[in-house]
Amino acid sequence: MNITDQDLVRHLSEVSVSVELETEDMTLNIGPQHPSTHGVLRLVAKVDGERAYDVKPVIGYMHRGYEKLAEVRNYPQITTLINRIDWVSGYANEVPFIVAAEKLMELEVPERAQYIRLILTEMARISSHLVFMASYPLELGAATPLFFALRERERVLDLLEGVTGGRFHPNFNRIGGVKPAAGSGSTMRKQIQDLPKGFLTETRQAMDEVARACDQIEDLVAGNEIVLARTKGIGTLPVEVAAAYGVSGPNLRASGVRFDLRKVEDYLPYDRFDFEVPVGKNGDCWDRWWVRLEEIRQSVAIVRQAIDGIPSGPLQAKVPKVIKVPAGETYVRAENPKGEMGYYIVSDGGQGPYRLKIRSASFSNISILPWILEGVMIPDIIAIMGSLDFVLGDVDR
Amino acid sequence: MSWLLDNFWLLLVAKVLFVATLIPLAGMVIGFAEMKLSAKMQNRVGPYFAGGRWGWAQLIADGVKFFQKEDIIPEEADAPVFKFAPVLVFIGTVALFVVIPFGPGMSVRNLDVGIFYALAVSSLATIGILVAGWSSANKYSLMGGLRAAGQLIAYELPLVLATVGVVVMAGTMSLEGIVESQADWFSELGWGYGFPFVIPQFIGFVIFMIAALAELSRIPFDMPIAESELVMGYLTEYSGFRFLFFFLAEFANMFTMAALAATLFLGGYWAPGLSAESLRFAGPLILGGKIFVLVFAMIWFRWTFPRFREDQLQSLAWKWLIPISLVNIVATGALKVAIS
Repeated sequence: MNITDQDLVRHLSEVSVSVELETEDMTLNIGPQHPSTHGVLRLVAKVDGERAYDVKPVIGYMHRGYEKLAEVRNYPQITTLINRIDWVSGYANEVPFIVAAEKLMELEVPERAQYIRLILTEMARISSHLVFMASYPLELGAATPLFFALRERERVLDLLEGVTGGRFHPNFNRIGGVKPAAGSGSTMRKQIQDLPKGFLTETRQAMDEVARACDQIEDLVAGNEIVLARTKGIGTLPVEVAAAYGVSGPNLRASGVRFDLRKVEDYLPYDRFDFEVPVGKNGDCWDRWWVRLEEIRQSVAIVRQAIDGIPSGPLQAKVPKVIKVPAGETYVRAENPKGEMGYYIVSDGGQGPYRLKIRSASFSNISILPWILEGVMIPDIIAIMGSLDFVLGDVDR
Repeated sequence: MSWLLDNFWLLLVAKVLFVATLIPLAGMVIGFAEMKLSAKMQNRVGPYFAGGRWGWAQLIADGVKFFQKEDIIPEEADAPVFKFAPVLVFIGTVALFVVIPFGPGMSVRNLDVGIFYALAVSSLATIGILVAGWSSANKYSLMGGLRAAGQLIAYELPLVLATVGVVVMAGTMSLEGIVESQADWFSELGWGYGFPFVIPQFIGFVIFMIAALAELSRIPFDMPIAESELVMGYLTEYSGFRFLFFFLAEFANMFTMAALAATLFLGGYWAPGLSAESLRFAGPLILGGKIFVLVFAMIWFRWTFPRFREDQLQSLAWKWLIPISLVNIVATGALKVAIS
């Protein structure tokens, strides 16, 4: 067995304890109320000076019981709940659930609705990754990039709001399509059954701005020696370990696995677009940051292509007034900004699912924490935790 | 004016009043500058409403707010020490102020060992931070205090070594003497003009500024506070006017450190081409201008850089700054011998 530096340090500290002076490990509670735990995650760490051992994440402070709640709600009501799982990219949560229900009903969704879903999903991915671009330097101590990233995100959220009426919780998908007449309300006499006027041109402009902002962020953050010193070689996650813990999404790709559900699954027509799957080399914090930046660029490319190729047509398939899903079970998974998100629906033919199992990305992603945080220094705990980019609503559901 | 300057007690009162008003004033001006400059750097407006124009009264409003707040002392805390720590942080700043010359003969006290004294008292603030962290009975505070202590030990040395070059060049440790020797360094050669020591001592200046940033525990060396790691570090348990003390002390410390750097490296109150009489009036303004250039750089760094890790900070100090400053001292000595 190889003796690593960490082992050596630990060994030396044990020696000094037994020989020189009596020291006591301090138990440090990081969270549930802490500036950089992204909500109410609690880490119980044994701290020896600056080094932490035996880090245990304690979750469940935010458990809202959505899986159980889904059993007593009908399908249109459930989309309201699942918006709030990963609230940073609320729209992306809806799509796999709706697609799963449609799969059971064997519904054919109109092309235009599928394209709109795709554009909005990618915009949700951009806004989610921009939040990461904003918050990660903040966790390293640099406050300014936050404002540059959030400015662009605001632009994307404004557009999302224009279509769906909600910035964080769009609740825009309906079984068989998307909700028509966005932003119209009861004041309009004749409801417009389409996207708001000028949405596509404005989105194209916004994508240009986002692409520019990516260059700016890369220039500001990646050119900084201290950022490199704080992230390169920190929190390295080998492929085998990542796979064993079920890590998915950008975190897995940063470790060097070219696996993207958008290329594998067919929940949205991604196969018609030309985009790349960026992968990292070492799986350290720096690669996780870089992969997300590249993914924003790829999403921008996808949205541009989708705007060019969006077909006209209805937004909604013909569905009965009262939606009943035929008995059966199915699982649909999707590439969400945080990783793989899946819904397993068991239906007994009623208006709501008999059982809904939610596979959320962040829950699996933070299961790596005890492994990856063993023996690292306290500043690195924050750097690693931030680079995994989890949302507590996505962990606890 | 002479009756005032001749009477010892009146002069003492005048000096005390001068220091007592200037320090909070400088702290508030720098605090406001930080608010506005950081806003500019981040596409924000910054304080806007307080005082009617540019939000100039924002810090006054904040100060009043802090005085209204409850003064909370944690049950487990070591109360006398906890109460004394903010004062200790402030003492260092005030004491450092004493030796800084604002014009020819215009320092509160022109000590012969001015630099020695200034460097000694400037580290008092860090002890205040250690005491604050220790007495708070909070794990985050404790870690912040210990980090501050480690930082003090690592960065006191390059700070002192960087000034040695200046002392060697000037041949005196008195701060006024250093300014005078910058004004007329080639007097032995009879050239009749001088230059600020930042030109021959550029390496020393850079090391001094880095070490000063670490001493002030500002980004990129703000590990004792480190909001994202230690919540608020040694400040976690402080509230009300005790927090205000720390808050003002941070900015006042910036002011005095910048004043020290300006005096040592940028020529202090001296500017080329001005006679000694005109410097009596223009000196404070010139020094103030130099201070604000340095303070601006500090603010700029703070809103640009992330922070180092604790071990990276130590290795920067011990592996780079200290060896380079030692080489700098030897080179300065050789230069001095070669010229004279």
